Amino acid sequence: MPTTSITLSETPLVGTVLRRADDALVLGHRLSEWCGHAPMLEEDIALANVALDLIGQARTLYAYAGEIEGSGHDEDALAFLRDSRQYRNLLLVEQPNGDFAETIVRQFLYAAFADPYWRAMTASTDPRLAEIAAKAEKESAYHLRHAAEWLIRLGDGTQESHHRAAGALEALWIYTGELFEVDAMERAVVETGAAVDPASLRATWDATVDAVLGEATLTRPAGLGVQTGGRSGRHTEHLGHLLAEMQSLPRTYPGATW
Amino acid sequence: MYTQALNARDAVAQPLSAEETAKSAAFQARVDDEQRIEPNDWMPEAYRRTLVRQISQHAHSEIVGMLPEGNWITRAPSLKRKAALLAKVQDEGGHGLYLYAAAETLGVSREEVVDQLLSGKAKYSSIFNYPTLTWADIGAIGWLVDGAAIMNQIPLCRCSYGPYARAMIRICKEESFHQRQGYEIMLTLSAGTAEQKALAQDALNRWWWPCLMMFGPPDGESQHSDASTRWKIKRFSNDQLRQKFVDATVPQAHFLGLTPPDPELAFDEASGHWRFGEIDWEEFRQVLAGNGPCNRDRLRVRRKAHADGAWVREAALAFAEKRRARKADAEKQAA
Repeated sequence: MPTTSITLSETPLVGTVLRRADDALVLGHRLSEWCGHAPMLEEDIALANVALDLIGQARTLYAYAGEIEGSGHDEDALAFLRDSRQYRNLLLVEQPNGDFAETIVRQFLYAAFADPYWRAMTASTDPRLAEIAAKAEKESAYHLRHAAEWLIRLGDGTQESHHRAAGALEALWIYTGELFEVDAMERAVVETGAAVDPASLRATWDATVDAVLGEATLTRPAGLGVQTGGRSGRHTEHLGHLLAEMQSLPRTYPGATW
Repeated sequence: MYTQALNARDAVAQPLSAEETAKSAAFQARVDDEQRIEPNDWMPEAYRRTLVRQISQHAHSEIVGMLPEGNWITRAPSLKRKAALLAKVQDEGGHGLYLYAAAETLGVSREEVVDQLLSGKAKYSSIFNYPTLTWADIGAIGWLVDGAAIMNQIPLCRCSYGPYARAMIRICKEESFHQRQGYEIMLTLSAGTAEQKALAQDALNRWWWPCLMMFGPPDGESQHSDASTRWKIKRFSNDQLRQKFVDATVPQAHFLGLTPPDPELAFDEASGHWRFGEIDWEEFRQVLAGNGPCNRDRLRVRRKAHADGAWVREAALAFAEKRRARKADAEKQAA
């Protein structure tokens, strides 16, 4: 295995699958950073659970992307041998954990999208994606419930927790627009029926966000955030550090099997 | 993981009243008869105290033990290894959780015993005060540290105190899975490139002696063994368990093509045991006294997580209280 980055023949389907795989891996990685450091033992365990689900989703998605790409890249080649410009995840999921409020807000904003996304994807015309979605849908329903319950507790808890949750919402909101972005590449896959149009999930996401923020006594920021670029590999500064850490061993020991 | 015979001293026992003497004899008869003692049963105060100390130290060891391995979750070299390591560290959190619950059956709260850990008053296994410097350490910990923990813990599945014994049955199942996983990492490294094999040998060199120390001081110096043995909390001596571990582990090292860092290690045909060299007990005392390579870091990290999470725990309590009050109001209005 060479340690320089791999080159991909990125068909629209490969690109679309990689976007979901990268979302899951990067967010799973972020959540795994909490393990041993959470506010209570129960959350060490719960956040690790969510992280494990997401890493599991990433693995099946990478395996499928590797198959359809057809150059022999396995899940590890795709995860460990692409650099940040080749990663296709949402900017939202690569944002640092911050305090527990930032982690929960990030998780909520993503899960409120991922849950209806995977549910809709169970009707994909691509049988492998439909199969992956059937599992991911069950997991994401739990992820959404977990994040929403915490957001309500934090928003409607103490003055301090409300203040922190409101700050996190304000800070992360700028990345929400990207959730619903569709470019020409993904549009081509949507038209085959293999993928769902993310924009079509906007009303469901709005309803979830409004209901939970209402119960959490938090004010929804106006409009949608405008920071995008992750889907085409233009990331925030944070992703490079995450990948440098995550990829260090396979890149240091060329050809090794672990 | 990781009960350990630690060298703390009990308060001097007070003389018993006639009634207590009778109860105490009945208690001992039940223990001798291999009956399980349950939370609501009468038990000698010293038995309760010994168990609280041992179970809470064991729980703390699980929690602090999450840190050295957690150090490699974000750098695991494949997605499969990453998921397996994260799941393992998560299991340790789970072990901590039900051990704290077992301690609570003896009348101490989780907050109370966690405070003892954070204040530095309570001990945890000395092994977690060593650093994880390379990926091979994750293999070595699974293989050796979990292996040593299993030696210590299998007998605890028959411990006289019911809730502890039952927790240990579940923990031991998971630990043996972790141990196989660790050994498999070592196998992969040993069969890998020259650099990987060197990482594996280096990890064995660093973890071997600290793992032998995990069984606690030599039998002549252990201060809890007599009462714990009589109460059937402890069924084998520190030295017996240590020998058992060495006998099981040396052939495993040889199978990996690795050499334990002990020039005196030799097989004794007559006894069928592997004889090993002198353990550096001064190093063990230093680590227990807080002067190991990572003692300060481990506690600092635990304290930071606890302090940083205080506002979250307060928010959860405040919200629960609000919800309770709202529910009571709604019921009042409905009535």
